[in-house]
Amino acid sequence: MIFLIFKRILLGLITLFIVSLITFAGVEVLPGDACTTYLEREAYGAALEACYQRLGLNVPAYERYLSWAYGVIQGDFGYSLSGEMKINDVLGPRVKNSMVLASASILIGIPIALLLGIITALWRDKFPDIVISTITIFSMTIPEFISATLLILIVAIWLEWLPGIVIVPTGASISELLPNIILPVIAISMIMTAHMARMVRSSVIQVMSSDYVQMAILKGVPYWKMVFKHVLPNALLPAINVVALTIAWLLGGVVVTEVVFNYPGLGRLVIESISNRDLPVVQALAIILASIYVGINLLADLMTLMLNPRLKSLQIKK
Amino acid sequence: MENAVQQINNLSIGFTSKKGEQISILKNITTNIKKGETVGIVGESGSGKSTLALAMMGYVKQGLYTISGECLFHSNDLLRMKDKDLEDIRGRKIAMIPQNAGQSLTPNLKIGYQIDEALKLHTDLKIQDRNKKISELLNKVRLPSPEIMAQRYPHELSGGQQQRVAVAMALAGNPELLLLDEPTTGLDVTTQAHVLELLNFIAKDTGTSMVYVSHDLGAIAQVSDRVIVMYSGQIVLDGPVRRILKNPIHPYTSGLLKSIPKLTLPGLPKSMSGSQPQPGTITKGCSFYDRCELAEMNCSNNSPELEYVKNLNTSVRCFKHKELHEKIDKDENLVTSIENTILDKEMLGLSKVSISYAKKKFIDQLLNKESDDNPTVKDINLNISKGETLALVGESGSGKSTILKSIAGLLKAKEGNIKYENNKILPNELKLRDPNSLRAIQLIFQNPDESLNPNHTVEQIVSQPLKLYFGLQGEKLKDEIIKVLKKVRLGEFYLTRYPRQLSGGEKQRVAVARAFAAKPDVILCDEVTSALDVSVQAAVLNLLQELKKDFGTTYIFVSHDLAVVRAISDRVAVLYQGRLCEIGPSKNVYNFPSHPYTEVLLGAVLEPDPDIKPKLVAEDIVEEKPPEKGCSFQGRCPRKVGEICNSEVPPWQIGENGNAIRCHINIDELRNLQK
Repeated sequence: MIFLIFKRILLGLITLFIVSLITFAGVEVLPGDACTTYLEREAYGAALEACYQRLGLNVPAYERYLSWAYGVIQGDFGYSLSGEMKINDVLGPRVKNSMVLASASILIGIPIALLLGIITALWRDKFPDIVISTITIFSMTIPEFISATLLILIVAIWLEWLPGIVIVPTGASISELLPNIILPVIAISMIMTAHMARMVRSSVIQVMSSDYVQMAILKGVPYWKMVFKHVLPNALLPAINVVALTIAWLLGGVVVTEVVFNYPGLGRLVIESISNRDLPVVQALAIILASIYVGINLLADLMTLMLNPRLKSLQIKK
Repeated sequence: MENAVQQINNLSIGFTSKKGEQISILKNITTNIKKGETVGIVGESGSGKSTLALAMMGYVKQGLYTISGECLFHSNDLLRMKDKDLEDIRGRKIAMIPQNAGQSLTPNLKIGYQIDEALKLHTDLKIQDRNKKISELLNKVRLPSPEIMAQRYPHELSGGQQQRVAVAMALAGNPELLLLDEPTTGLDVTTQAHVLELLNFIAKDTGTSMVYVSHDLGAIAQVSDRVIVMYSGQIVLDGPVRRILKNPIHPYTSGLLKSIPKLTLPGLPKSMSGSQPQPGTITKGCSFYDRCELAEMNCSNNSPELEYVKNLNTSVRCFKHKELHEKIDKDENLVTSIENTILDKEMLGLSKVSISYAKKKFIDQLLNKESDDNPTVKDINLNISKGETLALVGESGSGKSTILKSIAGLLKAKEGNIKYENNKILPNELKLRDPNSLRAIQLIFQNPDESLNPNHTVEQIVSQPLKLYFGLQGEKLKDEIIKVLKKVRLGEFYLTRYPRQLSGGEKQRVAVARAFAAKPDVILCDEVTSALDVSVQAAVLNLLQELKKDFGTTYIFVSHDLAVVRAISDRVAVLYQGRLCEIGPSKNVYNFPSHPYTEVLLGAVLEPDPDIKPKLVAEDIVEEKPPEKGCSFQGRCPRKVGEICNSEVPPWQIGENGNAIRCHINIDELRNLQK
């Protein structure tokens, strides 16, 4: 068991290492570099030399990679180009904002998704299922930039209940953020909840038709007890991985939604730094997003391992 | 009926087809189960036997509904009862033992919890008493160390142990009626014999009525007092076990009995033509009309009623039962013995073959070191002559399929070599083999549902080897396909069919045709009949034998069914834990089994005759791994002599019958010990 966790962590680190190499190499082969971008038309002669000198771009690539990687390991991503801020200072509030948005969506979306999935499965092909399934399929198919825009139109412009876009400074406190995030959270939850509810539904249906559930019925186990003891633990296990992927997706910044609502999260930062050619920030973001995915998936795998007696004892035996 | 536990009256269950027609799965079933009686319900797949068993618990599968009739348990109709009231009966008054205990135990709950759940629901015991009771129940089904067992998860038990847990769970509520749905199908022969013996003991000990549903007449014969034979959703015969199995007065039952290979009667059994009609296809006349040898005009127009014959105490659904009763087929030739087609030419030779499933550890790979010194299959030496049928028998985990895969090149042998036609050494990897040796060795799999591509027509399936090995195209290809299909008795109109449009027997014929299309020298048959119904099984066995006569093919036949092996093989090799125990001509191995394992294995075979009881010699423990040293059978051997069995691999000895065995006891002494 411990060996397995160790192995998974090692594999995760290797993944991150490869990601860092690829992003670094990608940035290297792109035509132009940080200085040419930064200096724009003045990018020649002494000014360019001075910029190279200042940013340390005049040393070979591998040396730059090593010093950059050394910094990253210590949690220092260096400086951003635009504004010459420390990248850590740029990222900090953005990560926090994305976390706020993600946690709110998770807290609301996942319980609803589970509930809807279970309800539709237990009342399969009956009235509740037909209604909920139609709605979920509907909200799954509408792209978020449309649902988000519609939400703004209806709730913010027609009804004037909530602010349509987020106009707070990047470093705003949670209480300042709160009324602003309601619409983005709804837009995100719609798609996420629908996907997860469908997943949970098919998983529960599959378990409901299994031999052991038929056996539990024939044993005389009352319906709800059967659902909670025999069905749900087995049906929700495979959902853990989907939930994990969703969480990673949320934390990584929901690019489209953030752009539509002008939300100062990681997703918008990705777009901004790419269009500004702020390469150090892009590099830093790639590493951070990769770490989020690797970390959350690792966590999900471990959770599945802990909860599934079958996998657990297999590992112990080995 | 006064003492009936359950009374079923005129019960029909069915579904509505897409066209809106009502189609019955069960048709007008009327019968009863008396107190303390064990009733066997037998029938082939699709006969409605499981639907009937579930109806006896008031359970109708999704998509089906009750058309008419009732299912009375102490005069309460289970099929019209509220779920709430059913919960009180299920598990407490009527309990079910499922077919596949492995899948019927909830995977995330401990054994102890699942039994406790039944106890909590159906008894008023307090927690300490319940814990005691759990141990008692596990003890009763003869599971070792009950306290530890209760803490285990279902997947940590072997198949036989899971089945015992299911029995324990069913007994928790002290039911009046136990329903068993194919409870031993899928278990090894020795395990099956032990479980049946346990069920018999429980029936006597508790006085519970039992309904035992199975396709296996051998198992039915061992447990039942009374047998109900079902065909196409109807009861066709219902009477005392000896009456039904020894002198059946329904043509289907007698045909079924004749098509079962028997240990005592070597040779290929007669097969029944045709297959069971699909539900809804028979609208008038007797449903067995198409396949019946005695059928006449009357049978095609009028359907016979279930008629009670008083002097035989049997109910039968046939117009001609009197004729059948008078006709005693003593003089009839029941089996066709197989001809000897063996030529004195070696076809395939395995020498010192070892196969391991163990993955090499990373470090061992780096050092290029062999890591597994206890491989799954070890030291197999076999020589197979042209035209011979060699059978590999053994329980699950004996390595018989592994050896086949290795011969086919699907699994790399770790050591040893496989020679083809006496001189050519076959590379142990598939991609290194030349096309001709690939063609020469063909494989037929156990389950045609999985081995035939569902998106290919029969034509495409059979054309593949023809295109691949002979480069046939166009008209020539088509002619050849039709020729091959004719060989397996499938007409031209099958060309455009898809596997899902074929019956189980037809599918397996297509698989056989595909193998023979390559004009192979050796065909490897991996449990080819185990997924088939008995009447179809006999037909496939006969087909294989005829093809062998025509083409001079060599077969290696793997099966767990010892009676089937007896019917078709020239020579038998008995395997235990991937090591050979005994090898010799079939006749001798079956008549004079010498190795203790062969004795155990043959003793556990169930014959469809209530008067032949299995001999249970060894414990049915399941070993996960072959022992590191010594004899492979040391863990279960009833004749173990001592330390030498644990430390030394026994040498080969050849008896006067021509059997070769691996045992530390002298072969003649073993013969004496058995007497």
